[in-house]
Amino acid sequence: MAEIILRTEHLCKNFGGLKATDDVSLDFERGRVHAILGPNGAGKTTLINLLSGELAPSSGRILFKDYDITDARPEKVARIGIGRSFQKTNILPGFSCLQNCWIGAQTCLPTSMRFIRPARHLREVHRRADYALDLCGLSGQRNRIAGTMSYGEQRQLEIAMMLATEPELLLLDEPLAGMGSEESQHVTALLRDLAREQTLILIEHDMDAVFSLADRITVMVDGAELETGSVEQIRNSKAVQDAYLGHDDEEVA
Amino acid sequence: MHTVTRPIIVFLCLCLVALLLFPLVGGPFYTGLVTKIMILSIFTISLDLLIGFTGLVSFGHAAFFGIGAYLLAILFKDVEHINYWWSLTLTLSLTGLAALVVGWFCIRTSGIYFIMLTLAFAQMFFYFFFESPHYGGDDGIFMFYKPEITLGSRQLVDLDNEHHFYYFVLAWLVGVYLFLSMILRAPFGHVLIAIKANEQRVRALGYSTSHYKLVSFVIAGTIAGLAGFLEAAHTSFITPAYMGWHESGMAIMMVILGGMGTLFGPVIGTFAVVLLQDFLPEFTEHWKLIMGAIIIGVVLFLPSGIAGLIFQISQRFVSRKQNSGREHG
Repeated sequence: MAEIILRTEHLCKNFGGLKATDDVSLDFERGRVHAILGPNGAGKTTLINLLSGELAPSSGRILFKDYDITDARPEKVARIGIGRSFQKTNILPGFSCLQNCWIGAQTCLPTSMRFIRPARHLREVHRRADYALDLCGLSGQRNRIAGTMSYGEQRQLEIAMMLATEPELLLLDEPLAGMGSEESQHVTALLRDLAREQTLILIEHDMDAVFSLADRITVMVDGAELETGSVEQIRNSKAVQDAYLGHDDEEVA
Repeated sequence: MHTVTRPIIVFLCLCLVALLLFPLVGGPFYTGLVTKIMILSIFTISLDLLIGFTGLVSFGHAAFFGIGAYLLAILFKDVEHINYWWSLTLTLSLTGLAALVVGWFCIRTSGIYFIMLTLAFAQMFFYFFFESPHYGGDDGIFMFYKPEITLGSRQLVDLDNEHHFYYFVLAWLVGVYLFLSMILRAPFGHVLIAIKANEQRVRALGYSTSHYKLVSFVIAGTIAGLAGFLEAAHTSFITPAYMGWHESGMAIMMVILGGMGTLFGPVIGTFAVVLLQDFLPEFTEHWKLIMGAIIIGVVLFLPSGIAGLIFQISQRFVSRKQNSGREHG
């Protein structure tokens, strides 16, 4: 078995009486694409927010490469190598694509508390920002103002900003949300490229994309883990079909 | 962020030349007035770092202006030969310390709470000095001597000479402008500007945004303290009114009127507001009505302030050069 890069142990998150995450213990392996499926309200985004430090868990532990990051704040989690993208496009709309990636790329500096030399002279930051834009197919748009681009391109930029920080583990929260079929094929191809070298934790509604990309799948229902296994195993699982896929067999096939 | 294009640089250089030549034709009254405006400009430019670049609307920025002024007055009131270097260093570092303490509390909040908290701190300082007879109370403090700028035994600038003081303040204004431009171009500035646009995202990329906001707050507070120091040295008179909420509000208005997030905009805004305050009363006693109308007009029709208008004009210059063949309007 491959190295475990991220592990959750009995992770719980309560909002008042609501159990948004209920005793989730998962292992994520390095170099794999691990997809998390579940109907609306199953607690997928809450789980990502717990992993990325945006929310603090009510109980349980999160271990990244055997370091306890349960109480780490988002900036700390990002610094140690866990990048995330957001379900709702979360970019700097008034800035060019390059500037958007620049902020991510600047994390290669030990600190950005540097006051004298102009930032544009930093070659390593340039390299990282260009690399991220290139990977996401936005090189031609580097000077476009992000807010003026199409929705699909903004989603690509969302991923590029995260890649510019050169994370070890990528948390992708519905990267295909709201996209047309052409745009979604484009981003699926991008994710497949990323999957070759990176470790991905992917939340996605698009079944076709999930089944074609994922190595392992976890299905969640009501905040709890229903079943985890390979694509085949999930596809054929009776419990999963009852809970989630239900009568939508033709869409799966 | 606006990029400073060549026409803008030319425009700023022309302004600088005009300011350099002004004392030769201005007469002592107006030289003194422009000195006062330039000191206020240093203050508003520092506020622009917070409002225009960090996204922190401080409604208590005048507190640091006042603290800078009071520190000079209290610490050196009875000193006959005030050493400029020593008094400046002491005043600025103590003002910076005050900004660090106030900022440490304030940056924990955002939006309307940040505004209220900065206002509350400023009012605390205001009433502290207002009700301290030992520090002059509501009458304020008179200073009898100005700082002496010497290097070795030679006097470099004579602050009792109005012309010398004028150029001294102008040099500080240019210095502060260049300093802030420098840190905004550096990695630090890139993070600040991004925080203003989308703080949550910047945090998710791996920055402790609160540290950056705090450092920005301290830098702005220290520069405001510098302006207060200069004002105290200029007028030799300090009153608690310097730190009232009215002053903070005026400064915000000057920044918005001039164009926030541009650095030079607030300077123009300061000139515009102070000169209007000076000239309008000569025409009518209802000048505040006209003043209000002008402000409403600028906010409605020039949403990015006077500097925004200048940027538009300069854009036209640039694009005309680029496609001179098919340029119409």
